[in-house]
Amino acid sequence: MKRETWINGAALAVLLGVPLWAVMADEPFIITLATRAAIFALAGVGLNLALGTGGLVSLGHAAFFGIGGYAMGILASHAQSYAPIMEAPFLIEGTKSMPVIWLVAMVTSALVALVIGMLSLRTSGVYFIMITLAFGQMIYYFAISWPAYGGEDGLSIYVRNGFPGLNTLVPLQFFGLCFAILCLALVLMNAIHKSAFGLALSAARQNETRVLSVGMKPYHLRLVAFVISGAVTGLAGALFADLNRFVSPTMLSWQMSGEIIIFIIIGGVGRLFGPVIGAMIFILLEHTLGGLSEFWHVYLGALLLGIVLFAKGGVIGALAGREKAHD
Amino acid sequence: MTTLLFIEQMLNGLQFGVMLFLMSAGLTLVFGVMGLINLAHGSLYMVGAFAAAAVAAATGSFVLALMASLAAAALAGALIELTIIRRLYDRDHLDQVLATFALILIFSEGTRWMFGSFPLFLDVPSVLAGPVTLPGGIQYPAYRLSIIVIGLVVAAGMFGLINRTRIGIRIRAGEADREMIAALGVDIAKLYTFVFALGAALAGFAGALVGAIQSVQVGMGEPVLILAFVVIVIGGIGSIKGAFVGALLVGFTDTMGRVLLPQVFGLFLEPSAAVSVGSALASMLIYILMAGVLVFRPRGLYGVA
Repeated sequence: MKRETWINGAALAVLLGVPLWAVMADEPFIITLATRAAIFALAGVGLNLALGTGGLVSLGHAAFFGIGGYAMGILASHAQSYAPIMEAPFLIEGTKSMPVIWLVAMVTSALVALVIGMLSLRTSGVYFIMITLAFGQMIYYFAISWPAYGGEDGLSIYVRNGFPGLNTLVPLQFFGLCFAILCLALVLMNAIHKSAFGLALSAARQNETRVLSVGMKPYHLRLVAFVISGAVTGLAGALFADLNRFVSPTMLSWQMSGEIIIFIIIGGVGRLFGPVIGAMIFILLEHTLGGLSEFWHVYLGALLLGIVLFAKGGVIGALAGREKAHD
Repeated sequence: MTTLLFIEQMLNGLQFGVMLFLMSAGLTLVFGVMGLINLAHGSLYMVGAFAAAAVAAATGSFVLALMASLAAAALAGALIELTIIRRLYDRDHLDQVLATFALILIFSEGTRWMFGSFPLFLDVPSVLAGPVTLPGGIQYPAYRLSIIVIGLVVAAGMFGLINRTRIGIRIRAGEADREMIAALGVDIAKLYTFVFALGAALAGFAGALVGAIQSVQVGMGEPVLILAFVVIVIGGIGSIKGAFVGALLVGFTDTMGRVLLPQVFGLFLEPSAAVSVGSALASMLIYILMAGVLVFRPRGLYGVA
């Protein structure tokens, strides 16, 4: 077995083991931290398809994360107040059911990703970075200035939404749900990576001219990847909002976009498990350094700078060595 | 709306536009010459504003404060160029984004550590505190008017520097073909440090000027940075002329949108709905403008294909 496979397995084992240990040690807060790590990892897994495989440096993925969050917030707040979202031309009511919320979050994020992608994929390189950032910011300011759903103050939900057959109020059960979704997403990404589509997407990153010359359209490949990527990040947003029972424009802010990229970078760009390991390390740092000093972002910045300048492959790259061209 | 109010808002738009130009000029030069995307440009804006506020508090002189903002931002710019930024020129854009994002974290938290979380205030100099009467009887704050004048003078100076001087020739040559001008004996490393420090100084200067209107606080640079990105995407990356046109377009669109849109919606919606729809749309207007420009000119108005 390859060394990277071992590292991946170990990462999943740690992520699953820590909350199980926390249940025995009666440390519910640790379970919440692990849930955060799993959700952030999911957001990173989403972005990694665009950024790692597709080479699309999107600095606006917080838009999808936040849209997922608002999908949960809006549906649940309407269900909470028994006020329908709209009555004409047909009745749409709020819901407290997680599967419905997830579906809405993913479809909405995918649609927004389609529009943003169609416009911003007309450009490339540094233009793409700036444009995704600008569109992300547009949605952020829209959320702040639109008063119907809390504006700048955000939106609170009293009780966590439900999932058939589970009691999501129990921290471990909600963690299990998030962990299962993360694993599903990883399986899906692995399948995409190995599919003809994934290979073509990867090829479009490495050599656009060749992809064009064999008759494929890089624009379409990238657009599909961007939409899938947005949908997965949107799902993570819905879970994150459910974890906090709160959604606010902070989820849409560009620092959030930066953090999702950081997860990927710490772990290793383009590696299947890069965001998982990155998000776990990020949460660990946030918890330990944040306890030491309220200015822990200085250390995070220094660490990030060190990784970018001196350790390009992130943690997985350092432990498993260079990625092989093929298995 | 009266003509007077309209002209006043146009002046506000112009003032916002020239400030955005000071911010965008450095970004677009650094990208054009070195091929670097610098997210930490907003931090240099913040450094300028904090230096100005600190010097103004210590000496009471606004002129000294402005000079301090130029010096501090240029120094900070030169320092990060020499230690970190120059390692990034050959890297891909992702590395540049991340490293400069890391610099933002360090600058922001470092400033919070030094100055605390509370905003500082920088007072408008007493000479410029009152309004002036413009031809046509318009009362307009003297300070904002002087920002417009200073901004236009700096813009003219930049055009002169780029188009008329030897250093400007070298900068343009560096944009066109860096190997060639290095082969002709120009010390390209020094040129890069100079360009970076120049852009930083302009950003810091803008920070100090705006700091006297708004408050000086940590995180003040990032919203402006993103607007500057919109400006240079509209204008075309690397073009000073594009940055100028883009900055004015964004300045006018944003200012007029915030004033006019709620009134336009007021024509056919009830007042409270008109204000909320109008202001929500106004906050998105410059991004819609950007999207519109991209559909027709993906490389911006003055960008080279």
